[in-house]
Amino acid sequence: MQGIASIDRQKHQQGISMKFGIIVFPGSNCDRDMQWVAQGILKQPTRMVWHEDSDLSDIDIVVVPGGFSYGDYLRCGAIARFSPAMKSTVEHAKASKPVLGICNGFQILTEAGLLPGALVRNANLHFVCDRVPLTVERNDLIWTKNYSQGQTITIPVAHGEGRYHADDDQLKRLEDNNQVVFRYSKGENGDSANPNGSCNDIAGICNEQGNVMGMMPHPERASDAVTGSTDGLALFEGLVKTLVAA
Amino acid sequence: MSATDSAAAPANYASAPFEPKVIASEGIKPDEYDAICDRLGRHPNRAELGMFGVMWSEHCCYKNSRPLLSQFPTTGKRVLVGPGENAGVVDFGEGLRLAFKVESHNHPSAVEPFQGAATGVGGILRDIFTMGARPLAVLNSLRFGDLEDAKTRRLFEGVVSGISHYGNCVGVPTVGGEVYFDKAYSGNPLVNAMAIGLMETDDIVKAGASGIGNPVLYVGSTTGRDGMGGASFASAELTDESMDDRPAVQVGDPFLEKSLIEACLEAFKTGAVVAAQDMGAAGLTCSTSEMAFSGGVGVELDLDLIPEREAGMVPYEYLLSESQERMLFVAEKGREQELIDIFHRWELQAVVAGQVIEEPIVRILFEGEVAAEVSASALADNTPIYKRELPDEPPAYAQAAWKWSEADLPGATESGVAGKSWNELLNTLLDTPTIASKRWVYRQYDHQVQNNTVFMPGGADAAVVRLRPVNNPDVNSQRGVAATLDCNPRYVYLHPYEGAKMAVAEAARNLSCVGAEPVAVTDNLNFGSPEKSIGYWQLAEACRGLSEACREFDTPVTGGNVSLYNETLDSDGKPQPIWPTPVVGMVGLIEDLGHIASQGWKNEGDAIYLLGAASNDSSGGVTLGASEYLASVHDTVAGMPPIVDFALEAKVQKACRDGIAQGLVASAHDCAEGGLAVALAESCIAGEKGAEIQLDGAGVRGDRLLFAEGGARIIISVAAENIAAWEAHLNGTLAGNWQKLGQVKGDRLTITAVQTTAAQPMIDSSVAEMAGTWGNAIERRLG
Repeated sequence: MQGIASIDRQKHQQGISMKFGIIVFPGSNCDRDMQWVAQGILKQPTRMVWHEDSDLSDIDIVVVPGGFSYGDYLRCGAIARFSPAMKSTVEHAKASKPVLGICNGFQILTEAGLLPGALVRNANLHFVCDRVPLTVERNDLIWTKNYSQGQTITIPVAHGEGRYHADDDQLKRLEDNNQVVFRYSKGENGDSANPNGSCNDIAGICNEQGNVMGMMPHPERASDAVTGSTDGLALFEGLVKTLVAA
Repeated sequence: MSATDSAAAPANYASAPFEPKVIASEGIKPDEYDAICDRLGRHPNRAELGMFGVMWSEHCCYKNSRPLLSQFPTTGKRVLVGPGENAGVVDFGEGLRLAFKVESHNHPSAVEPFQGAATGVGGILRDIFTMGARPLAVLNSLRFGDLEDAKTRRLFEGVVSGISHYGNCVGVPTVGGEVYFDKAYSGNPLVNAMAIGLMETDDIVKAGASGIGNPVLYVGSTTGRDGMGGASFASAELTDESMDDRPAVQVGDPFLEKSLIEACLEAFKTGAVVAAQDMGAAGLTCSTSEMAFSGGVGVELDLDLIPEREAGMVPYEYLLSESQERMLFVAEKGREQELIDIFHRWELQAVVAGQVIEEPIVRILFEGEVAAEVSASALADNTPIYKRELPDEPPAYAQAAWKWSEADLPGATESGVAGKSWNELLNTLLDTPTIASKRWVYRQYDHQVQNNTVFMPGGADAAVVRLRPVNNPDVNSQRGVAATLDCNPRYVYLHPYEGAKMAVAEAARNLSCVGAEPVAVTDNLNFGSPEKSIGYWQLAEACRGLSEACREFDTPVTGGNVSLYNETLDSDGKPQPIWPTPVVGMVGLIEDLGHIASQGWKNEGDAIYLLGAASNDSSGGVTLGASEYLASVHDTVAGMPPIVDFALEAKVQKACRDGIAQGLVASAHDCAEGGLAVALAESCIAGEKGAEIQLDGAGVRGDRLLFAEGGARIIISVAAENIAAWEAHLNGTLAGNWQKLGQVKGDRLTITAVQTTAAQPMIDSSVAEMAGTWGNAIERRLG
């Protein structure tokens, strides 16, 4: 995988596992949902990383989960970025290791400067919780190996501030660099499933290198058949498989 | 004793060191003032007067409803904790124990809908995690006036955003409930929230203080002047001046509550917490007196140690503050620091603010002096009780309404009624906000967080949530809880006894439709003033109906809430009560989440069945009396509501549950508001498929055939390969009480009366068009 550092190859050749680290802020509320998928369903070693903890040396994949870090009273993710765990997450990303931000995690990654743009209030001003179709824009990333390009997957969303915004130059750079990973799909009648007014129907983006991804939809909520869909599980399964094979 | 016993002018009241208006402002009546003096042996001081005011309010002491509540069945083989604690707890097998309760926040929501509803959610969640349970789901029962009215729209939008704000942030999914509209609720909306939690601690944490000398810990948020006297405010009629009571509405902080959940559960697991009580209504007063009384001990509390939000507060304000997100613990002596460290780690307040004492009193210290000293029992147990007499005969409004009969309706032809076709009438009902899709509401609620929500809201007759311990990723569970909140208040208004029975029957039916066995009930009694003859009759008759039905369904009541004085004064100063609304919250057990049912059709060609009373029933079990059709189309609120046939309900519900457990049922949906035709349309819309239906309409008016309610009826669809086994099952368990109606087919709903000579079916409607009408009815009215 281009640009992704090999992580303790020997360990993974033996154990065939990837260690997830899930950052826990006061106010995180999807941390255990992510833990259930990583540890409960995929049987991967998983550590909950308290926001004051700065040691991520044992972690392969950092996940910044959804929720309302510190209540998000100032601006979503604006305080979380200053935490010791986030400073280490930035280092983790700079070392070309994988970092995934989901929902509030995506907001935090943009605040921390790991991803461009910003997430602002939904266009209709209401919180939206639904299941929406997404188009997989590229499948050459560690995140999307298990999908085919152009595939439509259905993933839950739940956010009040999920409208992706960037200025025209930034959007152009994102598109030129092929950094849009997921887009809200267009239906047969041409209507977009875009639930929040995001620029260019953007649901998820990666950094130029591809090791950092942020997305508003919740793949961890579509990973367990009993809750109605497993379209998101492929993301995590593909991630583990790809990294172990790397 | 009864505070109203003395006929003479109360002596102490006359010599009270307070102006009558001060006493009245605490909601204390003259006789009650004397009763307070009896218990104290002296006059109360100002702070004590305030404490009695809140603790003797209906909200806290149930002085009007206690004698009626005592008839509820409260024990059963699955009941671990019944009424009296913060929440009921039931045994769901395999070590799973469920805490659940419903609570109202009607008055605060009427004056400040956003915060009123938000703190309603916060309060009921605290009742759950105070027991040591992690909240795993919230449901809401909401009632508003007519959406055509701008004020109602403001209340509706405010309440929904308040619930969304709090529930989403705190990370507990809002998975279901009900939203009902009628002008009876115009000035007084109802906001009832129910929470369900899964026990995380080995022992259920209770409220009774114990261990003389044990420290009393105050944890959570700071104390300010917000929410002063909310319990008294909630126990009086709403007037124009109620808007001036907005300071009595608390302000919630869901982020703080989320941290409080984590910190409390962590603290309970240390084993160092002896007892816990959340601070809801009446704040420090209620928590100290209830902990002391339940434990048979006393509590001494020093207000100077309480973390305060603002300076210059006096004891009265500390004691009556309803600042949110606060709890009181009794800790094991010597282990308090261990607990304090946990709360500090979550950036919450935690201080030792008092201790458990032997003398069974609540003693409040302030600036080195005793600011209040009252027997715990006088505040929490030995409170006034008002026993009232039922009127000799039902009120005139009810007697008049019962005289209604079908003959009062305009004549029905094969094609419709009063110039309206059956199709148009069905559309009218689908466009009724009470029946229509609540998508606009639940789309604003995070209904999926915690990864256990099995059905989308609106997709099935009850919410279904998997019972996986959220804090242990190595454990899964095939067990689930189904939950519902139900009440058709028009039935209760027209016949409180039958209507209340139906609320229980319908809740049990909804659970049965998803495949769950009904287990237990929490009830929220929303009524008008019990001091009026009609109000008391409604309350007493409804309680009688609830009790009887809960016994019949073997679903004990494990707790709940009473909200009286839901009245608004009209412009002439005349009180207008809401419809009596005993909301039934019921939980049911699903042993195997692999065998459950939702309401939409699944596959073309599946056979459709009706269980329960026949489509041409004319026994009185199925009727247009009190129906949505009568109200929406004919603007008539009258008639006898459907009579509950317990034996038939039990048989039908069991047949449905067993069919689902055996894997024979593709979909199940009960017939409620709007009757058979609306239920069929809803199954079409949810499944995005049509149906071809034949009804036996012999001797029955077309509108009764299509829109009558009652009759314990459930619509089931069954795949072709299961038909033989399903019909054998029905013949064995429900002979004579089922019929085949047709099949899932195409993209239209057609309903034909088999006796018809008309060229057209009664109903012939495109599913997409019905979905549009039903799906947009609420959003369209919000503009």
